[in-house]
Amino acid sequence: METLYLIFIDPFVQMVVEPAFLAEVLIGGLMSGVMYSLVALGFVLIFKASGIFNFAQGIFVLFAALNFVGLMDLGVHPILAFVITIGIMTALAFAVDRLVLRPLVNQDPIILFMATIGIAFFLEGFGESIWGGDVRPVRVGIPDAALFWEAGFGEILVQSSDLFAGVIAAFLVTVLALFFHFTPVGRALRAVADDHQAALSVGIPLNNIWVIVWAVAGFVALVAGIMWGAKLGVQFALSTIALKALPVLILGGFTSIPGAIIGGLIVGAGEKLFENYWGVPLLEGATEEWFAYIVAMIFLFFRPQGLFGEKIIERV
Amino acid sequence: MLYREAGQFKTSYSADQAMLTIPLDRVFVVGLTIFAIVGIPLLASEYLIASILIPVLILSIAALGLNILTGYCGQLSLGTGAFMAAGAYLAYKIATNITWMPIWIVIPLAGLCAAAIGIAFGLPSLRIKGFYLAVATLAAQFFLLWLFVKVPWFVNYSISGVPTAPPRSVLGFDVTGATATNEAKYLFVLAFVIALAWIARNMARSRIGRSWMAIRDMDIAAELIGIRPLPTKLSAFAISSFYCGVAGALWAMCYINTVEPTAFDINRSFQVLFMVIVGGLGSVLGSFLGAAFIFLLPIFLNSAPGWFGYTVAGDTITHIEFMLFGALIIFFLIVEPHGLARLWQIAKEKLRLWPFPY
Repeated sequence: METLYLIFIDPFVQMVVEPAFLAEVLIGGLMSGVMYSLVALGFVLIFKASGIFNFAQGIFVLFAALNFVGLMDLGVHPILAFVITIGIMTALAFAVDRLVLRPLVNQDPIILFMATIGIAFFLEGFGESIWGGDVRPVRVGIPDAALFWEAGFGEILVQSSDLFAGVIAAFLVTVLALFFHFTPVGRALRAVADDHQAALSVGIPLNNIWVIVWAVAGFVALVAGIMWGAKLGVQFALSTIALKALPVLILGGFTSIPGAIIGGLIVGAGEKLFENYWGVPLLEGATEEWFAYIVAMIFLFFRPQGLFGEKIIERV
Repeated sequence: MLYREAGQFKTSYSADQAMLTIPLDRVFVVGLTIFAIVGIPLLASEYLIASILIPVLILSIAALGLNILTGYCGQLSLGTGAFMAAGAYLAYKIATNITWMPIWIVIPLAGLCAAAIGIAFGLPSLRIKGFYLAVATLAAQFFLLWLFVKVPWFVNYSISGVPTAPPRSVLGFDVTGATATNEAKYLFVLAFVIALAWIARNMARSRIGRSWMAIRDMDIAAELIGIRPLPTKLSAFAISSFYCGVAGALWAMCYINTVEPTAFDINRSFQVLFMVIVGGLGSVLGSFLGAAFIFLLPIFLNSAPGWFGYTVAGDTITHIEFMLFGALIIFFLIVEPHGLARLWQIAKEKLRLWPFPY
């Protein structure tokens, strides 16, 4: 009885009694959810355009951030460093396309997936042997102060860097949406995502498109890396956290950009709520490590295509 | 090559279907096994046995397990480490609570427990495949490790949370714990390796192995010709987890002598996956070659600069190791998806015709 009470009733009583704490937990969760969304966004872009599940996206985030911070530590102006890093990520996209994807064209998706695991390991070693494995703080002037917001039911503590990250993410998604809808390249990308062969037959060069998609994903990774680095410092652990983008994708669907965003927010908020109301009192904490994966696994039983994904149809 | 196949005729179906059809191959394999049992404990140094042969053999078992699941049945798993951890923790629990049970029963029993857990996490594979399944197995990886760290029951409420392996003996020789000699541990591990490799080889060429491969190559078509996906996929998960569980139990009991979660984290899962890819997907021999290669490469990288009089910082080596692993994976996937095992076969075929090109 006691346990059932603690599982099913007590957490909700707590939420009602202390709405300010609930709001803080929720906001904190949503903000980390934004970060997952940003990584998941890179996955979705590549998956939509080329059907490749890019396991290395998490490392892209780390690698981009490492380059950015490394350049800044050398005394390069942040904006210049940003531009150079975009250049590096584009070069990387080109290299990946020529050295890895081309030779593996027409292979099983699972083979390509394993190849991206190889890319992930290579980049991890490469980035760290150039820039070193220390934790590096990002100083780009993102304001980091505790703001107190006076709501009707009490004071809520919000980190200004979190708000800033939220704004940047919203801005990035808007830019991407505009890019996909109103530029020729964006239209070509959507055409390729819809149907490779039809796109080829109307004269869209598939090769360049893949490079562009990987470069755009690299750009998204850079933004995510800067945001994340500003919060936690640029460190190796980023790549492990970035793995959480995988359950986010399961939730949101592999082919949907809004799905990636909403999935990220659900996972971020859900794991913080679970940790604070169920994890710490009942399960000795640290449930954030697995919560997202278990939710994704349960989700797979009932709706394998995710919330917004296309229904999976297979033919022999 | 030392022998030719020409003139070796088979006169019965059973001879045609033997595991090793060529007599000299049989002699070679039996000879190698006898050498591994008798020769190595007598000749090899302590260091070679304790720090190289034992871990390579144990990792070969894990690679065999993953190869059954990924190579033969086509279900990608990133949760190998967790299934190994399940074997290790449960072997410890069983060995310390049921003290009369001989250790050579405890370890397969722990493997069976791991198999049950594997079935539970394999259930989603019925609806999904490929990288979707990879996420489900990641759930196993993170959840199980968390469970073993957080629930003190598994380690008998030990205060440190990292208990040492209990000393147990077989036929009067200690094989686990601090008092066991390296030779005894080696022979104990080797017994499992021989048995499990033999079983894996035979499973792969029997009905169950063929149905795995049918599911791997095209699951819907396999279903149409009458292979039931449910028992087939779950049996692959169960048997794979059994192998991983045995490997984990041996790793904890006979190699590191403690039961600790860090030995089975996600990096272990990747390490075993690399062994399978580099060694050869869908090959028993490949599991051994891959395990040896992936385990020895870092050791080689660490000592190679020393031979030439250079000193390289430790973390530089680690970084180079990462890069090399990544590059090797891509290289093997592009150039030789069947891995070292296929290279070995090609070399054999070339040598057979040598010095003529064909």
